[in-house]
Amino acid sequence: MAEEFFIQGNEACAKGAIAAGCRFFAGYPITPSTEIAETLARELPKVGGSFVQMEDEIGSAGAIIGGSWGGAKSMTATSGPGISLMQENIGYAFMSETPIVIVDVQRGSPSTAQPTMAAQGDMMQARWGSHGDYEPIALSPSSVQEFFDFTIKAFNLAEEYRVPVFVMADEVIGHMREKIVVEDDIEIVARKRPEKSDNYLPFENIENGTTPMPAFGDGFNIHVTGLTHDERGYPDTNNPETHDKLIQRICDKVLNNKDKICSIKSKDCEDADVVVVSYGGPVRSVVEAVAKARADGKKVGYVKIDTPWPFPDEQVKQACANAKDIIVVEMNLGQMYYEVDRACKRDANVHLMGVIGGLLPTPDEILEQIDRIGGN
Amino acid sequence: MSESKQNRFLQYMREDRLPHIFCPGCGNGAIINAFLAAMEKAGMDFDNIAMVSGIGCSSRIPGYLDCDSLHTTHGRALSFATGLKTANKDLDVVVFTGDGDAASIGGNHLIHAARRNINLTVICINNNIYGMTGGQISPTSPKGSFGTTAPYGNQDTPFKLAELVAAAGATYSARWTTVQIENLVLAIKEGLENPGFSFIEVATQCPTYFGRKNKLKTPTAMAAVMKANTVFKSAADRMSARELEGKIVVGEFANTTKDEFTENIDKISVEKSGKKTVINSAYETEL
Amino acid sequence: MRTEIRIGGFGGQGVILAGIILGKSACLFDGKEAVQTQSYGPEARGGASKCEVVISDSEVDYPKVLNPDIFIAMSNEALIKYIVDLKDNGTLIVDPGTTDVEDVREFIDEHNISVYEAPATKTATDEIGLKIVANIVMVGAITKITRVISKEAAIKAIEASVPKGTEEKNIKAFEAGYALVE
Repeated sequence: MAEEFFIQGNEACAKGAIAAGCRFFAGYPITPSTEIAETLARELPKVGGSFVQMEDEIGSAGAIIGGSWGGAKSMTATSGPGISLMQENIGYAFMSETPIVIVDVQRGSPSTAQPTMAAQGDMMQARWGSHGDYEPIALSPSSVQEFFDFTIKAFNLAEEYRVPVFVMADEVIGHMREKIVVEDDIEIVARKRPEKSDNYLPFENIENGTTPMPAFGDGFNIHVTGLTHDERGYPDTNNPETHDKLIQRICDKVLNNKDKICSIKSKDCEDADVVVVSYGGPVRSVVEAVAKARADGKKVGYVKIDTPWPFPDEQVKQACANAKDIIVVEMNLGQMYYEVDRACKRDANVHLMGVIGGLLPTPDEILEQIDRIGGN
Repeated sequence: MSESKQNRFLQYMREDRLPHIFCPGCGNGAIINAFLAAMEKAGMDFDNIAMVSGIGCSSRIPGYLDCDSLHTTHGRALSFATGLKTANKDLDVVVFTGDGDAASIGGNHLIHAARRNINLTVICINNNIYGMTGGQISPTSPKGSFGTTAPYGNQDTPFKLAELVAAAGATYSARWTTVQIENLVLAIKEGLENPGFSFIEVATQCPTYFGRKNKLKTPTAMAAVMKANTVFKSAADRMSARELEGKIVVGEFANTTKDEFTENIDKISVEKSGKKTVINSAYETEL
Repeated sequence: MRTEIRIGGFGGQGVILAGIILGKSACLFDGKEAVQTQSYGPEARGGASKCEVVISDSEVDYPKVLNPDIFIAMSNEALIKYIVDLKDNGTLIVDPGTTDVEDVREFIDEHNISVYEAPATKTATDEIGLKIVANIVMVGAITKITRVISKEAAIKAIEASVPKGTEEKNIKAFEAGYALVE
């Protein structure tokens, strides 16, 4: 029997984590994500899970990587200042191909800025925050239900591709309460245990994919390092070929599976002159604005990006194929805008509606932009 | 080489990773031997040991040992180890770290891991210098010693790590040197057996960098100075601060019992779910 | 139809819980859609705090309250601070024990606001013997006055939201509030 709850986005995220099989959480209190830690501190012990409040966010990111190699699906949750501190260890997780889930409930930034207000200023940090080349996966929920669903999806993708996955939420979605429906047949991807064999290579060069990952204690005696390593996991730092092969594979396993990972939703785009593109919290305003515009007979549609990373360029391009103008609505001064522009600039004029200050743009504000741009 | 002359600890090594990167005269070899001897003395199952390390010469040790090993980021080994041990409380988790890794960039993790009394055995190899980056001063460099970043002599007061960790709440903390291997073996054995946070600081020689910068060019010279400067804790307790300047105080700084971190988590789990925390749950679909 | 509701009061009065009960009633028991939001940060501690709920027959897209149709004030500070964008012909419900509508008389007249008085704090103290259930008394009054949620749904939502063992007292408080207005 499906169950219904009227809960906060952050609580739904915690519920989703437990449903996905998360049994280890390490975190550090930070507004506006703290309710995720609080909920998991209460709920994890009820399902045999472990909760640790670490000394800082650097330690939190380290602990969940350790937890993951210890055989537990592991997660942390934070906001801008915390995600900044976590970046080095997040890079380590990409390099060591450790499945973890990082939830970022974005707030006004940079620095400590606006702890209780919404923003989407960390999108490029999810993409490029740690040094070097890697391909992250990020999901952006636009409702409490999606915060639940996307947290589960994040765990599944993390296991599927042995990769850190970001859930890029924002203060609006984290703090508001809505109804969620929890189905009783949730699809969960379990970690695959490798077969015991003398030829097992924990970092094998498998095309477009990943080798199954053992837990520490399983008897594989593997070495995991952030240094450039060969397929056995042994450091091989001065060999250009080893580095090239390793990093290419780490990127390709995500890029070559974009059609399976990427997801957008679109409405009324077929005949639209103007398409509004957004993700996360602002989608709520966009949907209402576009419905109002349509009711007034304007040819307007919208695209909602579920997975900002890897950026679904083909899907966005296709949905916007007939548009003359595209408006990207986001709560920063232009981040995903550049991705949309890159994908669509040959066929349409791409405009930015960047809103900072902490409040969702209202549907009327978006309508104004639609009228201004559509009227050109 | 005949069988009988082979080092009996070679069975625990990843032979395919040899030769190692350590310099001639480095203390790391002696410390690996001391660790393996202590592990055998403690009757531990090597297969149940998982090692975690940070960045630095000492942090390369787990890479040469044939067990699960997590070579992590600079200073963060203890946070990774906290996650690993908490996720699988049955593992015996050993951390190899150095003075820069544990006490400088990782200082916060060090005191908090000690405060939690999480059951980890930490071997901190203190050579008073950054070796891997080429001889910069560290938080344990003696006042007045030279490094590439202290060309006019170090002006800072060094940390006393074993004392610091004891004060932070560890249930076992000791300091020995590479010239007191028997004491070191016993201390590591005690640390491995202690069901809580155990910290064994090993004062060691780095002839390549500390020695060269401080007119102690040979390992033997360094060992001689280390021996001459060593004071047992019992004696040190009766000495003045001035008398202790430049001395290496050896002995135990904590040996006590206290609630252990992961056992407390298990206790809450038993209370709330009726069982201890689950292990290897990532591989399950039905939870 | 979209109805925007704002409940204002001072910290500790339980305005957040009152809002959660409205939202829960609507979307778990009345078959409607609802979103609840609240103010965080410095103003949520002491002083005036507010909780907002959007209730609709169809999906709620924009989740925030822009111009409330209904405003419930449980403190005078909240009344003065949060009445400013109440819709023309909107509904104002006040606790006369903790507010003075004369302070906003001009706004009421200018915007043709319907004013209802529900002495929630006095009722909670006198009839239930527990001042802290004033918020639940107010939920009863809101239910009766606005009909934005059904009585049945409200009772179920209260039972599902209040601490175990306090259900009976809270339902009694709700009924007392429901009986306050005709």
